[in-house]
Amino acid sequence: MSLRSALGTALGHGAAGAGVAHWWSQRVSALALVPLTLWLLGALVRLPLGDYAVMSLWFGYGWNPVLLGLTLLVGCWHSSLGIQVVIEDYVHAPGLKLAALLGSNGLHGLLAAGGLYAIVRAALRSPT
Amino acid sequence: MSERPLSPHLSVYRFMYTMALSIAHRFTGVGLAMALCALVYWLASAAAGEGEYQRAVTLLSAWPARLLLLAWLAAFCYHLANGIRHLIWDAGFGLEKAQARRSARVVIVVAALGFLLAAWLLYGVHRGAP
Repeated sequence: MSLRSALGTALGHGAAGAGVAHWWSQRVSALALVPLTLWLLGALVRLPLGDYAVMSLWFGYGWNPVLLGLTLLVGCWHSSLGIQVVIEDYVHAPGLKLAALLGSNGLHGLLAAGGLYAIVRAALRSPT
Repeated sequence: MSERPLSPHLSVYRFMYTMALSIAHRFTGVGLAMALCALVYWLASAAAGEGEYQRAVTLLSAWPARLLLLAWLAAFCYHLANGIRHLIWDAGFGLEKAQARRSARVVIVVAALGFLLAAWLLYGVHRGAP
C-alpha cells in the first residue's frame, strides 16, 4: 500500500467531469441509431442489392443519401465511444493504451470521412 | 500503482445467464465496429461505378463473406435488442433481478426472430442478394 492519501493520488490528473459527456453521447447516439439502422436494414432487405442500375438510382433518390450519411456518422461516433471503453477496460500499459485510442479514433475518422465521400459520389453518379 | 482490488470482481459471483448477455453486448459491439469497414467498402464500390460494384457483390456473395455478413446480421439484431434493454435501464426501469432476467429472455427471442426474418428476406426472397 502507498502512504499517499487518495486526494494526493488524484490531484494533478485533471478533472474527471468528462465521463458524463461520454455517457450521454453513448446513449444519445444509441437512441438515434435505433430508427436509423432499422431504416437501413429495412431498405437493404427490400432492394435488389446485386442490381447496379437499381442500386444506383436508390443512392441518389430523395432522402436516401442524407439518411445514409447520418447513419454512417452516428454509427462511427457510437462505435468510437464503445471501442474507447473497451480499450480503457483491457489495455493498461499507458503507452499502448494511448496508441490504441489514437489508432481507433483515426480509423473511425477515416471510415466516417471515406464513407461520407463515397455516399456523396454515389449520389451524384445516380441518374435521378 | 498499489495492488488494490479492482471492480468488477467477476470471479466471486455464481454464473447467471444475464452475465453472458452482458459480455455478448460488448463482443457484438466490437464485431459491429468491424462491420462498419464492410459498409464503407460497399459504399465505396458503389461510388466507383458499375464494374467495382459488381466485383464487390461477387466478393460479398462468396460463402466465407456471406457467413461473415450473417454473423454481423446476428450481432446487429442482438446488439439492437439488448441496447434497447440498456436504454430502458438507463431510464430507470426494469432494474429488479427478476425483471432483468425476464428481459434477458425477451432480448434473446426478439434478436433470434429478427435475425431469422432479416436473413430470410435477404437470402430467401431475393436470391440475387450478396
